Amino acid sequence: MAELEKNLALLKAACDDPKRMLEKYLSEGKQVIGCFAPYTPEQLVCAAGMVPMGLWGGQTEYQLAKSYLPAFACPVMQANMEFGLSGVYKGLSAVIIPAICDTLRCMTQNWRFGVKEIPMIPIVYPQNRKSRAAVDYLVSEFEAVLVMLATITGNMVSEASLSRAIRIYNAHNAVMREFCDTANDHLDVITPSVRHMVMKSAWFFDKEEHTEIMRGVIDGLKALPRYDYPGKRVVLTGIACEPDALLDIFAENGIAVVGDDLAQESRQYRTDAPESGGGALKRLAAQWMLRTGCSLIHEDGKPRGPMLVKLCRDTGADGVVLSLMKFCDPEEYDVPYFMKDLKAAGIPCLSFETDQLGDSLGQTATRIESFAEILS
Amino acid sequence: MSEAEMNVRSPETLPAGQEASSAAPAAKPKRPKAKSLIMIGEQTQALFDSAREAKARGEMVGWSASIFPQEIAETLGLVVLYPENHSAGIAARHQSDPFLQECEGSLGYSNDLCAYAKVNLAYASVLNGESEVELPDGGKMVKPDFLLLTNNICNQLTKWYENLSKQLNIPIFFIDTCYNPWDHVTESRVRYVRAQIDDLIRDLCAFTGKTWDDERFQEVMRISQRNSYLWERANNLQEKKPAPLSGFELFNYMSCMVCNRGKTSTTAILEQLNAEIEKHIEEGTSTYRGDQNFRVSWDGIACWPYLSHNLRTLKKHGINMVASSYGKAWAIEYEDLDGMARAYCIASTNGDNLTTMLSRRLEALRRMGCEGTIYHVNRSCKVMDCQMMEVQRQLSRIAGVPFTSFDGDQADYRNYSEAQFETRIEGLVEIMKQNKEAKANG
Repeated sequence: MAELEKNLALLKAACDDPKRMLEKYLSEGKQVIGCFAPYTPEQLVCAAGMVPMGLWGGQTEYQLAKSYLPAFACPVMQANMEFGLSGVYKGLSAVIIPAICDTLRCMTQNWRFGVKEIPMIPIVYPQNRKSRAAVDYLVSEFEAVLVMLATITGNMVSEASLSRAIRIYNAHNAVMREFCDTANDHLDVITPSVRHMVMKSAWFFDKEEHTEIMRGVIDGLKALPRYDYPGKRVVLTGIACEPDALLDIFAENGIAVVGDDLAQESRQYRTDAPESGGGALKRLAAQWMLRTGCSLIHEDGKPRGPMLVKLCRDTGADGVVLSLMKFCDPEEYDVPYFMKDLKAAGIPCLSFETDQLGDSLGQTATRIESFAEILS
Repeated sequence: MSEAEMNVRSPETLPAGQEASSAAPAAKPKRPKAKSLIMIGEQTQALFDSAREAKARGEMVGWSASIFPQEIAETLGLVVLYPENHSAGIAARHQSDPFLQECEGSLGYSNDLCAYAKVNLAYASVLNGESEVELPDGGKMVKPDFLLLTNNICNQLTKWYENLSKQLNIPIFFIDTCYNPWDHVTESRVRYVRAQIDDLIRDLCAFTGKTWDDERFQEVMRISQRNSYLWERANNLQEKKPAPLSGFELFNYMSCMVCNRGKTSTTAILEQLNAEIEKHIEEGTSTYRGDQNFRVSWDGIACWPYLSHNLRTLKKHGINMVASSYGKAWAIEYEDLDGMARAYCIASTNGDNLTTMLSRRLEALRRMGCEGTIYHVNRSCKVMDCQMMEVQRQLSRIAGVPFTSFDGDQADYRNYSEAQFETRIEGLVEIMKQNKEAKANG
């Protein structure tokens, strides 16, 4: 238990103070690349010998960002812009920005002109994944990223290091999935906010290091007796479900999180890059082609609803909670369809808007309380 | 947007009952409707008629994103309708409310979404028998059998069409043009888009049973190129002083470029329009009544629900809009299929990086001799709103031209304040006046 607590404390410290993690890596002589939400080719950063660090917004007042973004822009991007302009991200060698939605298209340019001291590396993922040309196109995007990274490090990236990075990330994916499974037998320890903290911490660590800590966490959990959670269980869906104060409301109402479809959390880990079958960049592109059920990646047939129903069945969840990031149009287009699918499957769903700030949670608390009653 | 759709004319020629308000000017003698405007009304009607007739014959009809490579469907002889254009028409005629209510109510969509999409998703729901909103046009936007999608305008289109596809259980034919973060279109993008065009031709033939005719395609490309040239020429003739047209009138002609770019009927309309403009230039006349005190550019999509109020307010100050970042998106130039792939990647400035956006706007400001820019903060369009503050700052600094912005929406009438628009325009006029006086005083 002591070992488990020590490992969880390590992860919590990183979440509480990501800047300290940045400074730690810089003091070790490493270069750090900021990776904008939701998807960037972190494996390329890892292969280049640098540390990728996730940029997923945070709790801050938008002041400088107001000169670049209207009030109805994504809160994650507002916060990233604010942190960039105010110098919080000082020390990053560059940021990678995926132009995956309309706001992120614009963020590539806002950053380029607003935060000139931190170079911007753009990537545009293909959305027509049925096209036979999509893989070649994406490989060329990866190559452009690699060239820009090489101008920062002064070193080329070998095929061997790319393949190694893919293995590191696949191993990390596996450990994160294993944690999600294991956590459900220990919902006394892994409360909603602890679960979120563990998942979020991955964004601030070198992935080999994080994998090692996570193995310690999983082993620590497995050493504990299985806990029969008496409350209700839900699956979270959306971009992110923050801050902790929001998640604590679930715990207070006897609700545990037993699975998630959050872009910040499990969407990152459910698809591996193939470890054989061509060059590393091609295999990395194949990972993109295989991703499914994410609002930010075009697919025919709206598969998210059936996927959520299955996730509920697999985890024994009693309901779904949609944490809808304010002004996130890709998510907003998915909502009517997966709501309909959940309803048809008899699975209750609570939805509320979130902005990471959590400064007005009163109404949300009331709704979670009512939802707990519906579930019981 | 066609005149038949939009009734977009100078305030003095607006039909009775259209946007009537206390701010309306005293009645003036109506000038006869230009022949080109009559022609465009006929063309719009013909498109909806042909869609209805095609359905009656059992042929497939498509719905398309507005900057899709229409040459392909035109070559195959497919009838294609354009939801963005149609939603704009509904908004301009002040008929969007029941559709917005239905979309945000029964259909469960957020009010944050693009109002073109919301109007169309509700309209599609009616066509699909799931909603009961009365269709003000009797359903002339017939139910589609397939969708033609590009995302060169925005990524919301991708999600919108994804939902239509599921709702109506019909396939999407998708050309993913990819955003351009660089100052050029990378060759990898051209290869990707070209491959998709090749697939589109094969798949659309297989789905519709039509046959590809390369000779016909060459002809459609020639027609499209001729139309692009004529459209750009008509826009550029506004550089004359005084400008021969009241600038908003060019929006009337957009439907022929959006919906009928590969047709000879468009060539006839644009030749007629060019001739009418030339006649104005020769005679020193303009469809803009009164003195043109200031020449401005308009950045962003028209605020369709309040176009008449926009016009009246500008008119009060003698402002003519002579350049638009938007209308010229359909002046698409290329010589072959690779060129077509490249051209569609950059057709909309929404798909361009900031430097390209800036250079296109700067060229227009200078060429047209603009003294100010009016920037529409279109609540529907995040791709425009989320980078335009920086674009306008840089543009204003480099061009030495002031700008103002106002909050509006391309189709949601709830996102606009007449008072704010008037105040912002007054502020812009003050600065333009000062600049003019400073220039006159050396």
